[in-house]
Amino acid sequence: MKAFTYERAKDPVAAARAATRPGAKFLAGGTNLLDLMKIEVETPTHLIDVQDLKLDRIEKTEDGGLRIGALVTNTALSADERVRRDYGVLSRAIAAGASGQLRNKATTAGNLLQRTRCPYFYDTNMACNKRKPGSGCSAIGGYSRQLAVVGTSGQCIATNPSDMNVAMRVLDAVVETVNPQGQTRAIPIADFHRLPGDTPHIETVLQPGELITSVTLPRPLGGTHIYEKVRDRASYAFALISVAAVVQKDGSGRVAVGGVAHKPWRVEAADAQLPAGAKAVTARLLADARPTEHNAFKVPLVERTIAAVISQARTA
Amino acid sequence: MKFTEPAGTNPIDRMTVVGRAQDRIDGPRKTTGTAPYAYERHADAPDAAYGWIIGAAIAKGRIRSIDLDDARGAPGVLGIVTAGNAGPLAKGNFNTAKLLGGPEVDHYHQVIAIVVAKTFEQARAAAGLVRVDYDRASGSFDLDSALKTAPLVGGDSNEGNKAPAADRVGDFEKAFAAAPVTLDAAYTTPDHSHAMMEPFASTAMWKGDELHIWTSNQMIDWGRGDLAKTLGIAKDKIRFMSPYVGGGFGGKLFLRADAIMAALAARDVGRAVKVAMQRPLMANNSTHRPATRQRIRIGAAKDGTIQAIAHESGSGDLPGGGPETAVNQTQLLYAGPNRLTAMRLAVLNLPEGNSMRAPGEAPGMMALEIAMDEMAEKLGMDPVAFRVKNDTQVDPQKPDRRFSQRQLVRCLEEGAQRFGWSRRHAKPGQVRDGRWLVGMGMAAAFRNHINRRSGARVTLQSDGRVLVETDMTDIGTGSYTIIAQTAAEMMGVGLDRVEVRLGDSAYPVSAGSGGQFGAANATAGVYAACVKLREAVAQTLGFNSADIAFAGGQVSGGNRSVPLRDAAKSAPLTAEDKIEFGDLGKTFQLSTFGSHFVEVGVDAYTGVVRLRRMLAVCAAGRILNPKAARSQVIGAMTMGVGSALMEELAVDTRFGFFVNHDLAGYEVPVHADIPHQEVIFLEEADDKANPMKAKGVGELGLCGVGAAVANAVYNATGVRVRDYPLTLEKHLDRLPEIA
Repeated sequence: MKAFTYERAKDPVAAARAATRPGAKFLAGGTNLLDLMKIEVETPTHLIDVQDLKLDRIEKTEDGGLRIGALVTNTALSADERVRRDYGVLSRAIAAGASGQLRNKATTAGNLLQRTRCPYFYDTNMACNKRKPGSGCSAIGGYSRQLAVVGTSGQCIATNPSDMNVAMRVLDAVVETVNPQGQTRAIPIADFHRLPGDTPHIETVLQPGELITSVTLPRPLGGTHIYEKVRDRASYAFALISVAAVVQKDGSGRVAVGGVAHKPWRVEAADAQLPAGAKAVTARLLADARPTEHNAFKVPLVERTIAAVISQARTA
Repeated sequence: MKFTEPAGTNPIDRMTVVGRAQDRIDGPRKTTGTAPYAYERHADAPDAAYGWIIGAAIAKGRIRSIDLDDARGAPGVLGIVTAGNAGPLAKGNFNTAKLLGGPEVDHYHQVIAIVVAKTFEQARAAAGLVRVDYDRASGSFDLDSALKTAPLVGGDSNEGNKAPAADRVGDFEKAFAAAPVTLDAAYTTPDHSHAMMEPFASTAMWKGDELHIWTSNQMIDWGRGDLAKTLGIAKDKIRFMSPYVGGGFGGKLFLRADAIMAALAARDVGRAVKVAMQRPLMANNSTHRPATRQRIRIGAAKDGTIQAIAHESGSGDLPGGGPETAVNQTQLLYAGPNRLTAMRLAVLNLPEGNSMRAPGEAPGMMALEIAMDEMAEKLGMDPVAFRVKNDTQVDPQKPDRRFSQRQLVRCLEEGAQRFGWSRRHAKPGQVRDGRWLVGMGMAAAFRNHINRRSGARVTLQSDGRVLVETDMTDIGTGSYTIIAQTAAEMMGVGLDRVEVRLGDSAYPVSAGSGGQFGAANATAGVYAACVKLREAVAQTLGFNSADIAFAGGQVSGGNRSVPLRDAAKSAPLTAEDKIEFGDLGKTFQLSTFGSHFVEVGVDAYTGVVRLRRMLAVCAAGRILNPKAARSQVIGAMTMGVGSALMEELAVDTRFGFFVNHDLAGYEVPVHADIPHQEVIFLEEADDKANPMKAKGVGELGLCGVGAAVANAVYNATGVRVRDYPLTLEKHLDRLPEIA
């Protein structure tokens, strides 16, 4: 771990301003950042602790949705009565991730910014375009069982490891930010995470200093909310793949998939195929999949898991 | 005491303390954090500096240059040790790879430097400033291709598990060709990591030319000897202490880099240094259970009688290393007149392969016991009945050599009855519970028992308390408690009157912890010392030692009864002895037996496998403490589930290393994976093993579990998987179509 300086920001704009300093990073729960700093995958020179910003409330929005403060913990969000009632897929997705201890500390904004678990990203002896732009990708041609099958590039095949993000994507959440000039903007979750392309180190559309202040959920969708996470062990493991779905009584609905891409993966044209069944949905969803020898199983696995979800929704 | 004849009746047979389910006497210390582990010797080394280990970034090659200037100038840095300034170092007898690499690098994450600083954070930060330039050499990293030209090699795990390069009885090929029912199948097991909770850790302190080291090691005398050899100093100049060990599983049988680097660093900076190996280095720096490629052929008559059985295994290791002896159990487990075993060893430049819990038998049984399941199906026999049919009470190679005790059939039949095996459908894929395909599987369990010399010193103190000292270790197994139970039984005192001190080279050399030989041998050594102490007590109190009893803190004989403590009134009475073994272990085959029964559910959609319930029945001699033994067996069963369903060190064959080298990437079971577990111990006392009439059990609980799970998965799905671990992609494309 490199030495760094530390400050506790008093308000969001001040935090954003402080973060324009080269080498600065926001620190919230620290469940991901601090681990990565210890192994020098992350080497910030300045940390801006945002825990005093009072962004820890969940409140109703004017149009009947929910506004979730950036610092609401995963535990609080998953357990919130309104979330459990109206956005069950989000509650379940969060509870399927990490461990109780981590969820107590991890925040909503931090989860959005969670970095990949690609083993080559974690090993600083290995080339990684995410960690060191231009150094190459040692995951390509290496051990890639956990890695992405769609939306990949010749520079990176990492996945976004979050469970929460998959549910946020299926719900069409909106990320709200403030920049160092005090300007706010609202970024649809679909646009928030980027595909790796030639710049896999740039993972979101956030600009330098831009601070997430909250995430809003649109008004409740109704329907049956399902989160299916497939993993080798029963708990405390990242998803091989996961499926977040909201299915209506008439069989229509929406579906997003985790563990397959650099971002939570949803294709609106695939949603429309839900009444036609899992094969049709998957054909659209993963039409451009280019899996590796190690992770080719993810494509049929997504189809079979969506079939499980459809079947579950029918009997719900 | 030399054990040359079967044990007669002795004080242990009273079973007033031994054989009782006793809570761990070290439990309160561990649960209150007052049992100091190797990295926590604050009282002994309050001034200890912190070492941070640097592992090699390449698998094979040479360090061209190493730039230490920035690190040396960093805040708090006290010193840096590399091969360049460490002085001449020998290699330990038990090590295949050097523990300090440079300039040659032998494997990924081989230690190449240690940075020592006043604080942990300073050492870690400075280590990040060390710049190393390598010349990368090509190496052999792919087991399958390396095995193509690999020679036949015999091996010995140092834990009593040995097998020759090739071994024949009768004419296997002829009998196999003639057999009406045959199986010829290939199985693979991956590399496994011990993944113990406490990483390698040591605190080293020099007192003049004497080295005091607190470390985490299963075998005090081996570690001390190899540390002395590596450093080139006399063994008696080292005090080697490991009273508490946070898990080892064979990974801590041998001297490891933390100990040697702590010793070198402490000498370099002139003060105590402590080192804990970083978790991301553990998988590649340490030893591992080598991957195997196995082939099994079985030929049987239509009635299920095995006529020919062959087991061949290939594995790899660094130059100078040995094979994984996965064929060992196949020499002894089932009858059959025509037999063949063979092992091939490829040279690999991956990290060192070596012992991990039940070396040989663990991966060997994973293959053999699937093969037995497949063969039973081909014969149209129940898998339990097929095994019973081929039981043998003698060593199949030397029919005049009997097993000292062999209750395999009872284990199988009692297990089947208790588990409700009769409810299993012989035809696979028949049981459905919602979205789950449900199946049952079983396997035999087998692991040899090993005799090892073991010493102890016992002192009757003037307050009547009994002190036991031995260099035996407690690696989470319960050694403290069973040793106390042994001394209490022998001296006729309550458990609360016994103090046990372990894991210190100042005490008599014991069997140590490994190869499931620790419990039986170490307690037998304490037994021997207690026999001597009883004689000394009798003499001091003026008894004729032949017919006196030790019970309730009294010594009684004839019509006299005297408090035990009176024997130590003027001075403490000390006795030291060791158990040594004659030829009983050669005249008889000493082995332990069991059965595993498992029920699984397989998600019909995703192919995910989840355990539903497990049962083990064990016959392993006298069980010294059923509570500790049960903990050993359920822990072993859990490890077996890991090897069946998730554990695999993933090899990158381009760069030559295990990629998933942390506990997020190398998954071991968590609580949610482990359902109801039941363990039954058959009553047994093996008088040919030792005076305790006990054998090992801690590894028996692992042997066969993986196959029982795999067989249950097959019974659920009808899809046979022969490659471990049984992750969902191994059968997903062969599962029934979904609607």
